[in-house]
Amino acid sequence: MAFAAFATTEAQPQTTRRKSPIALFLLLPGILYLVLFFLTPLISLILTSLQAPSEFGDIGVYDYAFNWQNYVTVIQDYWPHILRSFGYALLATVFALLFSYPIAYFIGVKARRRPLLQSLLLVLVIAPFFISFLLRTLAWKQILSDESLIITSLKALSLLAPDAYFAGTPFAVVFGLTYNFIPFMTLPLYTTLERLDTRYLEAGSDLYANSFTVFRKVTIPLSMPGIVAGTLLTFIPAAGDYVNASRDFLGGPDTQMMGNVIEANFLVLLNYPAAAALSIILMAAILVLVGVYVKRSGTEDLL
Amino acid sequence: MSSRPLPQDPIVRALVAQARQAQLTRRGLLAGAGAGASALALAACSTGGGQARPSAAADVSDTDKTLNWANWAAYIDEDDDGNYPTLVRFTEETGIEVNYDVAVDDNNTYYGKVKDQLALGQDIGADTVCLTDWMVSRWIRLGYTQELDHGNIPNIANLAPALANPSFDEGRAHSLPWQGGFAGICWNTEKVPGGLETVEDLWNSELKGRVGVLSEMRDTMGLIMLQNGVDISSPDWGDAEFDAAIEVLDEQVANGQIRNIKGNSYLEDLKSEDTLAAICWSGDITVLNAEAGDKWQFAIPTAGGTLWNDNFLIPIGSPRKTNAETLINYYYEPEVAAEVAAWVNYITPVVGAQEAAVAIDPELAENQLIFPNEETLSNAFIFRALDGAEEQKYQTQFQQILLGS
Repeated sequence: MAFAAFATTEAQPQTTRRKSPIALFLLLPGILYLVLFFLTPLISLILTSLQAPSEFGDIGVYDYAFNWQNYVTVIQDYWPHILRSFGYALLATVFALLFSYPIAYFIGVKARRRPLLQSLLLVLVIAPFFISFLLRTLAWKQILSDESLIITSLKALSLLAPDAYFAGTPFAVVFGLTYNFIPFMTLPLYTTLERLDTRYLEAGSDLYANSFTVFRKVTIPLSMPGIVAGTLLTFIPAAGDYVNASRDFLGGPDTQMMGNVIEANFLVLLNYPAAAALSIILMAAILVLVGVYVKRSGTEDLL
Repeated sequence: MSSRPLPQDPIVRALVAQARQAQLTRRGLLAGAGAGASALALAACSTGGGQARPSAAADVSDTDKTLNWANWAAYIDEDDDGNYPTLVRFTEETGIEVNYDVAVDDNNTYYGKVKDQLALGQDIGADTVCLTDWMVSRWIRLGYTQELDHGNIPNIANLAPALANPSFDEGRAHSLPWQGGFAGICWNTEKVPGGLETVEDLWNSELKGRVGVLSEMRDTMGLIMLQNGVDISSPDWGDAEFDAAIEVLDEQVANGQIRNIKGNSYLEDLKSEDTLAAICWSGDITVLNAEAGDKWQFAIPTAGGTLWNDNFLIPIGSPRKTNAETLINYYYEPEVAAEVAAWVNYITPVVGAQEAAVAIDPELAENQLIFPNEETLSNAFIFRALDGAEEQKYQTQFQQILLGS
């Protein structure tokens, strides 16, 4: 979606700008809102991230300073968690895309002639939102637990080693992330595929392309806006997610992500500067990655 | 400023008082700087500094017969209608209306919620809170509590002698125990019929990947240190002893013996049998057995278990100290304490409650996990108080294992 806006400004000729006090006035609530609820906390966060421990203070007492070493320390201490966060988020995004594309294609293209089926399937995609995401994740924890039907049957069929388990492993965390973000991938994909002009596909076959080539050269490029929007909507929250990887949900001690580190520093260790520095690193890293991605996925070969 | 009487609600009251104080400066700020700058200035005020100790609020208990009590979930006797029978009787006897608030869900998160107000000496909306020893220790160290007037608590004579002089509060000038419990080991009797005796037994290779330990540092580390032969209640141990225990934990997590480290949610893992043996809390196992079939057994390891207490304390900004003391005194009546213990299944600190409990349920009075005898207590140790630097250091080491690398 962010991408769609980006694309249209590039493609359309610049309209002449007129300064209008009314427009400015109408923008005021939005600007005030951003200043109050985005800019102020952001500045406060940056200031906190530079704090130094108070010399005679107790645990959790910090003074304002310019202690930029906080950033070095947290990167040294937590670089595995930073890499792991982006690794898991990337895996979850790829899996979500692989699962969602056929679903979205079916709903948006194949089910076009049957509006009832189409709406029903869309409701099914959205249905999980009716239940809290925490509860759904807890339910998966039960389903994947050691003595659950799934795991015991897999073991009985010798598809799984007798001492193997899912709960608390990276597999479970990536699984949880993928599951939780599939709707965010499916819906943007559906909106672009729903508008896919099938005459292009016919034209492709008329030019002797086989179905795979048509898919690769026609369908995918035409659905690129949906892919970009979906991957962004999945990747960004997945990288910052701390529920799935939490030890209380699907994770274990070796699957902790950046969100969990921030939580521990904030609530248990009362190391607010470290928590703030990590938050800023997370934000900056996502910003850079997304920027590169949007640039690379290219406005030029899209529209 | 105006002399209108302040509203009844403690939080609104504190806000009004704060607003009156801040009026002049706020005007000046708004005139000069933009909204962002003023918000920043506020943020700076609230977290910075904190060196000066806050001073206690004036007591208005004589005119204000109300009390706000913040406590943990399922931690007081409750009847089927959701009333608290002992509290109802307290109100009948003393005329003090108690607002019982299940506001504490975790020591750390509760602390995070109220610490800025405490540092400024403001009313946190609770006149008494029950928190665990180590957190109480921090509050006392930082001057966030009011000194108790033992004259208002004559029943303090019923306090169990073993709990009268903890290292964080000699003579109990600032805190009094509410309920306590043991941390020890437990196991699933169906899957581990042989049972366990020591923490060392948890590292048995047959249990690989099915062992859980608590994310509460003092309980998990305390048990491991006791196993290593360290008396955790004495002030003699330091970094070397702690490091040795951290090494044990690190090794068992790294080799996959311990799969997970959890807080309250460890009970789910016991139920789902992901965990077959664990370091756990005594009261939970009593409840779990009642809820999900008699499958679990709790034991204090032969090398010793930890004993913790949740303690009443009166936050610095509370203007109803005498009311809170009246409440504490009431719960130190043996009959009242027995009634609570019978419901919550934790250890009561009140001497005489056991005799009173015989009248309620003789079997209950025999339960070592609720009414421990001398022998049981002699094998339970209270983790010694840590100073700020130690707490930071040890928690960081412990969290490093919880977070993996």
